Amino acid sequence: MTETRAAGGEPRAPEDAPPAAEGDVRVPEDAPPDAETATTEPTRRGTLLEARDVHVEFPSRGRRARAVDGVNLAIGEGEIVALVGESGCGKTTLARTLLGLERPTSGSVVYGGAPLDYGSRSLKAHRREVQLVLQDPTGSLNPRHTVYEAVAEGPRIHGLPDEQEVVATALAKAGLRPPERFFLRYPHELSGGQRQRVVIAGALALNPKVLVADEPVASLDASVRGEILALMLGLRDDLGLSALVVTHDLGLAWNIADRVAVMYLGRIVESGPVEQVLTAPRHPYTQALLSVLPESPERVVLTGEPPDPTRIPGGCRFHARCQVLASGRAAEAGVDGRCRSEPLAVLPAVSGAQVACHYAEVTS
Amino acid sequence: MTALLELDDLSVTYRIAAGEVPAVRGVSLSLDSGAALGVAGESGSGKSTLAMALLRLLPRDARVGGRILLDGEDVLTMKWGRLRAVRWAEASIVFQGAQHGLNPVQRIGDQIAEPLLVHDLVKPDGARKRVAELLEQVGLPTWRAGSYPHELSGGQRQRVMIAMALACSPRLIVADEPTTALDVMVQAQVLTLIKQLIAEHGISLIMISHDLSVLADVCDRLAIMYAGRVVENGPSREVFHDARHPYGRALAAAFPTVGDPASRLAPRGLGGDPPDPMRLPTGCSFHPRCPVALAECSTLDVELWPAGEARSAACVHVRAKEEIS
Ligand SMILES: Nc1ncnc2c1ncn2[C@@H]1O[C@H](COP(=O)(O)OP(=O)(O)O)[C@@H](O)[C@H]1O
Ligand SMILES: Nc1ncnc2c1ncn2[C@@H]1O[C@H](COP(=O)(O)OP(=O)(O)O)[C@@H](O)[C@H]1O
Ligand code: SF4
Ligand SMILES: [Mg+2]
Ligand SMILES: [Mg+2]
Repeated sequence: MTETRAAGGEPRAPEDAPPAAEGDVRVPEDAPPDAETATTEPTRRGTLLEARDVHVEFPSRGRRARAVDGVNLAIGEGEIVALVGESGCGKTTLARTLLGLERPTSGSVVYGGAPLDYGSRSLKAHRREVQLVLQDPTGSLNPRHTVYEAVAEGPRIHGLPDEQEVVATALAKAGLRPPERFFLRYPHELSGGQRQRVVIAGALALNPKVLVADEPVASLDASVRGEILALMLGLRDDLGLSALVVTHDLGLAWNIADRVAVMYLGRIVESGPVEQVLTAPRHPYTQALLSVLPESPERVVLTGEPPDPTRIPGGCRFHARCQVLASGRAAEAGVDGRCRSEPLAVLPAVSGAQVACHYAEVTS
Repeated sequence: MTALLELDDLSVTYRIAAGEVPAVRGVSLSLDSGAALGVAGESGSGKSTLAMALLRLLPRDARVGGRILLDGEDVLTMKWGRLRAVRWAEASIVFQGAQHGLNPVQRIGDQIAEPLLVHDLVKPDGARKRVAELLEQVGLPTWRAGSYPHELSGGQRQRVMIAMALACSPRLIVADEPTTALDVMVQAQVLTLIKQLIAEHGISLIMISHDLSVLADVCDRLAIMYAGRVVENGPSREVFHDARHPYGRALAAAFPTVGDPASRLAPRGLGGDPPDPMRLPTGCSFHPRCPVALAECSTLDVELWPAGEARSAACVHVRAKEEIS
């Protein structure tokens, strides 16, 4: 982690202000009015980790990058949630915020019902319960440390007793068996898949409740990928671990997640059970993402680059690239004006399927 | 259709301090004029080595064997001058990670114009017009000619690389992982562009990727490599949906189809590691990882056996089936 963050917010840039007044935001009837009450809605599993109206801003070349711009997201006990979206949409920032590595500019992170306290002791405790699994195992393992040392690092920092047993158990849970055989190996003596298992073992050594995995298989070969995903599913089934899996890969979400949240330019624009969202997507952005998968019948290739969080458009933040608006379907449904000028409400942290789109609201 | 490119028993061995690295071990493939061939396989299977061998771009310490016939002419025995002409005018290559292929301190218009001027294909005043044309073809605004690479996004840089590859109107483009580092939507944009260009200009394509699903989408035929050899070869859709080689099946299963109940909450992969080319397993190199290996697989000399109409696979199960029928 090399990012640095300057303290203090900057004055709101004028173009950041939405064209419609804040009071015009229409809240769908069936959704609770705000995030606070949203979390009390009954869910299948008890909520373990939650983002409540989280905003994270960074100063960026004299402007403000609203990397996370109002997100409610709950991860239930034993639940795997996939967070998907193009690069730059704020996935990593949101994940780091849930880990307590980034402090929200506003809003809060709630773990086990209590808001996260940013004192160093409570943060240390939080990071034991909520563990980060890094993307690139080659980059996150020290080439001069043995597997044993790599996995023992966390337990040492947290002063856990019975170090050797902790390390052996963690390696075994991560599928490196018999663990003793791996103690003295160095990263370069392992395959890519084994290295990723060592990284996962390092996280498991602290007996966490939640894993936050940022692109856990992006740097792995296709054939090895399935093994690591199966491991993560197994950890959920056997140990009841929850996970937030950050990925740009919808196939991965289909492979392991219970729920999916689709992020666009700092906001979650659609979320719900994987089967529902990925087979009957309602947000035009989700539809476009699915349509460019190989073998999908009709492609919607969005033009332009992933957008810039220092210039979030007014109205629906997706409207400039929206194929539904561009094709005139939004106008036919009578919502084109709203697409351009009326911001969507922030989606609450519910587990059912929901979408932030004017067109989807009136057509379904 | 006649074959534009034919590889006949191509082999490449790198010589390093520790010994010899047989990176490509006897590959025979052919590419029809106007067709697109995909080459898939795990990292280390020899895909990039194969690509570089096609245009003799390998380091000196690589020993190359076999024949590479481009329009009947062997690239491996060409004189240097002829090879230079072939590299641009007949076949050009687009590498992985466009950032490395571009000169950071030269404007992109000048970089695109360079091969045109070197080969005397245009006069300096004609170069500007041709550059504008090429930028337009790859979907970039013409004013981008004045930009430096760092002013462009990854997807735009990959478009510039494609424009450079197109500059001398080649008949064959070799694209090595052209979209690997790109974001999903940008990847879709670049793939759409590649498909459109090969269709419009009748260019032949060899596209290399670890992503079988991407290749199946763009290419007519697929060759799957394992440990320096082609282990399966056939029409893309058939290879992707119904591979005959167990490695091909494992690779295809690693890319789930969203919506397919069989892969829902059931990630599939392949145990074990790709082999070290310096310590290749005996017999079929895949046998230590193979879920359906037989006792004889550790000693049998596998080769590409016929596996149905225009298909072949290097697996003992395939040979058995074909012999019965
Ligand atoms: N420390 C930082 N300082 C300034 N900008 C940042 C910082 N971290 C992230 N950003 C910006 O925030 C946006 C979201 O980034 P990120 O969360 O990494 O997205 P993702 O993981 O979806 O690719 C990007 O525009 C990025 O440039
Ligand atoms: N310049 C080189 N010297 C020695 N070995 C090399 C060299 N380039 C590649 N190799 C080895 O050759 C094999 C094939 O590599 P490569 O062609 O890059 O595979 P792929 O593109 O399929 O990942 C690998 O084992 C790799 O380590
Ligand atoms: S609100 Fe309008 S512009 Fe936004 S995604 Fe829906 S249809 Fe498109
Ligand atoms: Mg990220
Ligand atoms: Mg390669």
